[in-house]
Amino acid sequence: MTTEEGVQLFPTEAGRKAPVLSIRDLRVWFELRRWGFLPAGHVRAVDGVSFDLAEGEAIAIVGESGCGKTTLMRTILGLVRPTAGQVIFEGRNVSELGMRGLRWYRSHVGYVQQDPYGALPPFLSVRRILEEPLVINGVGNHGERERRIRKVLEEVKMAPVEDFLPKFPHMLSGGQQQRVVIARAMVMEPKILVADEPVSMLDASVRVEILKLLEGLRRTHNLAVIYITHDLSTVRYFSDRIFVMYAAKIVERAPVDALLKRHRHPYTYALLEATPDPDAKNATILKEVPPGEPPSLVKPPSGCRFHPRCTHKIAGLCDVEEPPYFEPEPDHLVACWLCR
Amino acid sequence: MAEEKRLLQVKDLVLYFRTTKGVVQAVDKVDFDLGYNDAVVIIGESGCGKTSLARAILRLLPRNVHTYSGQVLLGGTDVMKLGEEDFRQNVRWVRISMVPQAAMNALNPVLRVGDQVAEPAIIHTGISRKEAMEQALKMFRMVGVPEDFATRYAFELSGGMRQRVAIAMALVTAPELVILDEPTSALDVLTQANIMNMLKQIKWNMGVSYILITHDISTSSELADRVAVMYAGQIVEVGDAPRFFASPLHPYSRKLMDSVPRLRADMEPDFITGQPPSLISPPIGCRFAERCPSRFERCSEEPPVVVQDGRQVKCWLYV
Repeated sequence: MTTEEGVQLFPTEAGRKAPVLSIRDLRVWFELRRWGFLPAGHVRAVDGVSFDLAEGEAIAIVGESGCGKTTLMRTILGLVRPTAGQVIFEGRNVSELGMRGLRWYRSHVGYVQQDPYGALPPFLSVRRILEEPLVINGVGNHGERERRIRKVLEEVKMAPVEDFLPKFPHMLSGGQQQRVVIARAMVMEPKILVADEPVSMLDASVRVEILKLLEGLRRTHNLAVIYITHDLSTVRYFSDRIFVMYAAKIVERAPVDALLKRHRHPYTYALLEATPDPDAKNATILKEVPPGEPPSLVKPPSGCRFHPRCTHKIAGLCDVEEPPYFEPEPDHLVACWLCR
Repeated sequence: MAEEKRLLQVKDLVLYFRTTKGVVQAVDKVDFDLGYNDAVVIIGESGCGKTSLARAILRLLPRNVHTYSGQVLLGGTDVMKLGEEDFRQNVRWVRISMVPQAAMNALNPVLRVGDQVAEPAIIHTGISRKEAMEQALKMFRMVGVPEDFATRYAFELSGGMRQRVAIAMALVTAPELVILDEPTSALDVLTQANIMNMLKQIKWNMGVSYILITHDISTSSELADRVAVMYAGQIVEVGDAPRFFASPLHPYSRKLMDSVPRLRADMEPDFITGQPPSLISPPIGCRFAERCPSRFERCSEEPPVVVQDGRQVKCWLYV
C-alpha cells in the first residue's frame, strides 16, 4: 500500500475508469523569510495529497479556512507550482508545462470564483467578458465566437441572451453575476470545472438554483467538477465523493453516503455536528465543538495533526506517529488510528 | 402578550432613504416586539432592509434619510422622542448595543483590543479607566478570549477571536438588548458553532435579549425564541421558533425554508424564481405576489396582518 517514498497509493482507484486528472503526493510549501532574506521555515499549505478524478465525477473538498484547500485548488489550476509531487492531466505533468502548454491546459480547466462581483471586470460588458477567453485561445472568427457566447449564455439560462450581452456586471443581480462567471468558465468547453465556494456569497434562495445549474452542466457535458466549500449541507446534493481536509492533509474521503452516515474521523464528526439544520431544538442545547483552533502550518503538531483537539486520542500513538490511510470499507479512506 | 411588560416594542417604524433614483423604502411600517431575555431572529435576503431596521432602532442613520418615523418603545418609553444627545447618553450602547456586520474586520488596527473593549464603558457609563479595564477583562473571560490577549492588536488574532472581541465590545456596558448583525457569516463552521454556544450561554447567564439579523436560516435556529421574516422592507411573518421552523405560514417563508439545504433530512431543496421587487417603487399589493405560487386576485391589494394563535402573518390566504 505504501511505496518507498511514503507515497500513498490507492488500490481501489486502479479499477475505476481512466482518470481525467491525477494528483500524486502533492506538496506545496511556501518559504518564509525573516527580514527579507533569512530563511524562517515553510508554510506547508498542501502536504501529501493524492487522488484521481474520473471523467464526469464531482468531488467536494471540505475544510475550514487555512486548511490548504484554496492552495490545492490554485495548484490544480496551474497558478502555483508545487514543491513536490505531480498534477497529471492527459498524461502530462502540469508543473512542467511551458507558457503554451499551460494555455492549453487552462482551456480545459474552468474556474468559478467565490465572489462573482470581484471576479468580473467592472468595465467590460457581458459579451466582452465571455469573448476574452475565446480571443486568448485564438478561437475562430468573430461569427464563431459570437455563436459560442450565445450558446453558453443559453446554457446558464440567461435568456433572452440579447438583453444580457450589452450589460455590465453592476447591472446584474448576484445570481446573474455568478451565472456569467460560470458561463466564462464554460465557454472554452472544459473537461474539468473547479468551483471555489461558488454559492457562499449568494442568498439562500439563489444558492440552490446555482447548484442545480452546475449539476445540469455537469450532466450534459460530462464535466468533472472539483467543488471546494466549507458548508457540508450543500455537498450532498452535488458530489459523488467528499474529501475532508484538515491542516494541509486529506483526513477522510468517501462516497457521499458513506461519509455522511459512516464517517470515522473525529474531525469529520465535529464538522458534521457543527453544521446546523433549521430546527428550534438547536436553541436549547449547546453544541459539542472540539476545543482550540486549527494548528499552524509552519510547525504542524507531531503525529496526527488533529490530536491536540481530539477527544479520542490514544496517548503514545496519535501524538507520535502519523496515521496512514486505513480502509474500513471499499473506497472509504480514513487517516486515523482509531480505524486500525 | 396584551399588557405584559415587553423590553422593546417597535410600532409602525418607517425608514426611507433619498437617492438619485428616487426614495428607497428600506423599512416600511415594521411592527414587532421583544420580551426580556428573549431572542428574535430577523431573517431576510440581502437588500430586504434588515440592516436598515437595526440602524433605525439604534438611530445610526446616514445623511440621506427621507422619512424616519414610528415608535420604538424601550421598556415602555418611546425613545424616538428623545433628543439626539439624550439618546446617545442614555440609550445607545447603554441599553441597546450592536455588533455590526463584519465587525471583526472593523477593529482599530492601532489600538490594543483590550482598550477598544474598555472604551465604550468609559464613554457611556463614566467609570474610570482602571475599572473599565477590569470590566473589559471580565468580558474577555465571558466571550472566551484569553485575558492576556487584551494587550494584543487586532491583526494578531484569528477571525473567530476578533469576532469575540467585537461581541465583548457590545456587552461591556451590560446592555439589556444586543443587536447582532450577521455575527457568524464570515466564519468557519466550527468557529460559528463555538460563537453560537457562547451567545447562548451569555443569554442564559446574563439575561440579555438579542435581535439576530441573518440570512442563514439554519444558524438562526441556534438562537431563536421567535422568528420574524422580512421581505422587501416589510415583516411578513412573526412567530415562535418551534412552530415557525416546523411549519411556516407565509408562502415566502415556506419557499425560503424549502431552499435550505439540509444535512439530516432527505429533502431536495428548491429555489424561488424571480427577484425581489425594487424598493423604490414596490408593488401596491402584496410585495411577494409576483413570485408567489398561491397568489389570487386579492393579492393586488395590500394584505392585512392576520393574527393566528399568537403568530402574525401578512397574507390574504389567512383572512
